[in-house]
Amino acid sequence: MSEIITPKTEADAIAFVTEARAHKKPIRIEGQGTKNGIGRPQQDAVTLSSRALTGITLYEPAEMVIRALSGTTVKELEETLATKGQRLPFEPMDHRALLSTTGEPTVGGMVASNISGPRRIMAGACRDSLIGVRMVTGRGEAISSGGRVMKNVTGLDLVKLTAGSWGTLGLFTELTFKVLPITETSITLMLHGLSPARAVEVMAAALGSPYEVSGAAHLSPSIDRVAKTLLRLEGFEASVVYRADALSKILAPFGALDRVKGDASEVLWRNVRDARFLVGSETENVWRVSIAPSKAAAWLDKTGALASRWFMDWGGGLIWFATHAPDAATLLRQANAEFKAHATLIRAPLSVRANVDVFEPQSDAIQKISMGIKSAFDPDGLFNTGRMSAGL
Amino acid sequence: MTIAFPPPDEAILARRDAIIAGLRACLPADCVIESEDERRAFETDALTAYRKMPLAVALPRTTQEVAAVMKFCHEAGVKVVARGAGTSLSGGAIPQEDAVILGLAKMSQVLDVNFADRTMRVQAGITNLAISNAVMHEGFFYAPDPSSQLACTIGGNIGMNSGGAHCLKYGVTTNNVLGVTMVLVDGTIVEIGGDALDAPGYDLLGVIVGSEGQLGIVTEATVRILRAAEGARPVLFGFDSSEKAGECVAAIIAAGIVPVAMEFMDKPAVEICEAFAHAGYPLDVEALLIIEVEGSDAEMDAMLARIVEIAKKHNVKTIRESKSALETALIWKGRKSAFGATGRVADYICMDGTIPTGQLPYVLKRMDEIVKSYGLRVANVFHAGDGNLHPLILYNVNDPEEARKAEAAGNDILTLCVDVGGCLTGEHGVGIEKRDLMRHQFTEAELHQQQRVRAVFDPHWLLNPAKVFPLDGRLA
Repeated sequence: MSEIITPKTEADAIAFVTEARAHKKPIRIEGQGTKNGIGRPQQDAVTLSSRALTGITLYEPAEMVIRALSGTTVKELEETLATKGQRLPFEPMDHRALLSTTGEPTVGGMVASNISGPRRIMAGACRDSLIGVRMVTGRGEAISSGGRVMKNVTGLDLVKLTAGSWGTLGLFTELTFKVLPITETSITLMLHGLSPARAVEVMAAALGSPYEVSGAAHLSPSIDRVAKTLLRLEGFEASVVYRADALSKILAPFGALDRVKGDASEVLWRNVRDARFLVGSETENVWRVSIAPSKAAAWLDKTGALASRWFMDWGGGLIWFATHAPDAATLLRQANAEFKAHATLIRAPLSVRANVDVFEPQSDAIQKISMGIKSAFDPDGLFNTGRMSAGL
Repeated sequence: MTIAFPPPDEAILARRDAIIAGLRACLPADCVIESEDERRAFETDALTAYRKMPLAVALPRTTQEVAAVMKFCHEAGVKVVARGAGTSLSGGAIPQEDAVILGLAKMSQVLDVNFADRTMRVQAGITNLAISNAVMHEGFFYAPDPSSQLACTIGGNIGMNSGGAHCLKYGVTTNNVLGVTMVLVDGTIVEIGGDALDAPGYDLLGVIVGSEGQLGIVTEATVRILRAAEGARPVLFGFDSSEKAGECVAAIIAAGIVPVAMEFMDKPAVEICEAFAHAGYPLDVEALLIIEVEGSDAEMDAMLARIVEIAKKHNVKTIRESKSALETALIWKGRKSAFGATGRVADYICMDGTIPTGQLPYVLKRMDEIVKSYGLRVANVFHAGDGNLHPLILYNVNDPEEARKAEAAGNDILTLCVDVGGCLTGEHGVGIEKRDLMRHQFTEAELHQQQRVRAVFDPHWLLNPAKVFPLDGRLA
């Protein structure tokens, strides 16, 4: 465990980075470390944590905008929003169960990993709700991009560029989001026993309907004996019932549709969001695969033999894949190349992460641009260097 | 006419013949334009007060041809200004004398439609509306809908991160694009993003969208398409004051309702639009709201009933619920013709700042004062849900003094937007129009950070270089 520095102000963070830069001291950037197990091993001398940069600095419910210092916990942010009947639209995943970590996820960590849950298919990703960032760069400079208004095309969009950069470009100090009202109620429609191909088909039919499906997941028999396909509808009570009826009619050829409501429905989607179906065995490596949904079944045909457990979210566009095979990376990445998919190793021992690419390798041209971006923010390679790939 | 262009590079001008020969070596004969008459069509965009004759115009037909042109221009040190349909209101596509215009007009095909994945692959020169038209028969559409959607291209939309009236629900361009093929300044062709909902590594697509043709030439894009709702229906409210209208908007959102669109018009805008479109707008109100909801008939009835109830609590003076498709079309015709209708009564410049919606009454009052102090008039139409203002400053384009005053009033309004917590541009882009105001929104460190990112893609300032960043104090 390296020494942990917890600045209470942006000025303190700048002073620390400036000093570290003078000594070329590599820094681990983190919030409370709930996602520390993700990424390649890093060599760092000291940890710079946002955990003491806390507090909600602006909340305008009527404008659907909230701003918080980066070390504020996601829990506090969501609780504050709930008092006014609002929420983060993108349903951020909580990695603690899957990674067996402790602490509270922070807003900064959520943005640094651009994590988005089941509602991503309808409401966009974390990066889509993020409208402003303030950060300390590797030059020891505080910069802002975006702001507190949801339509803003002034200058280069460094908001999107830095979201999902895993702390390799800077330390976020303050973040601003657009938010949405919490929906009044939800219903989950459930089908049983579908093959992966058939499940993707029914999810595509549902998502291509006018009925605003806000979650589409498929649990394979490896999760719960019989395959289950889940479709979520959210909104005002009468509207949800109407859409559930309409959707049930369209989807009748795929089989009987059960309805799950209330707490049971919420628990289901929390488990999907947090990939809780894959909690447990530490010897199982867990991959997260992004793919165009229509190719998901064919991808699984190629790789499925390696899977101990798997399920799909985002209508098939996201595959959560657990495997005991230590050399799964090679086969998964062959399949990825064929189907233009990409995979991130979310849970694996350090020894595995030291020897395989945790993030999907990029083309030479893209890697060169990425190295240029890294250097534009962090010229001395101080921040989380090597976490995403060699030098990045 | 106060916006400066960098002086043209005399050495490039002197080599014009050789540069045209080089372009001709990359492209078929009908894809290079050199005569003065034909170049004139490219000398400005929708910011017509400014004009510059380009060195030449290249109109490639394929990504490979774009790459060949870029490779040649890069080696020859020639600047390149990308152009879609030339509808930029901020001067984003205005050339400079020592630059080649690279027009994407010949690349306007739909390459693939995938209804199962709800994505489409298109060439960059296709118009925004043509994308929706290609999938309409299956009930799908492409969500961002800028007012110029009949003419503007997806390449231009990506350059400016364009929005539209319905982005409160569906987002803007950056939220609806999954991947692009882009030609880098040296002619290298790269794929950024793809057809999945996220991409590995840094979000390069996120910084490319809205980069105003300064990072590369986008030639193809994969966009998300959505299934349209069963129906859409607007309600029209008239209020005695803009404060009341603003409070009504806030109360609707506070009630947990996010309509698909909430449009605001002030009295001058209502009068101009009504005279043109005969939409049946009330003329005895100070502010008008058009609020649209989507869904089945029963859903819309229920939602509109809630909205009307809220409006009544805020002393709404006129309520008109659309009862038919014809009435819906008429209500929207008034709003959508705002720019055209205004153009019939006077010349105007269309501003595009965004403000926190809570500042609306104050900003409306201040804008009126600002414009009056210059002896001019203003009409306001804007997206009330997201605070994106489009004040139209009316003036006479043939009167240089009025033109100067209109530009000055516009600058005052945009700095006001920044001062109340908003920004210089919500969806039109910086271009040349707001370039010299950038220091009002950004610190020098912030502008330099953006330029360092820019330099990763274009270290020698060859791509649309007169735009976005103030001409002085640039990082070399």
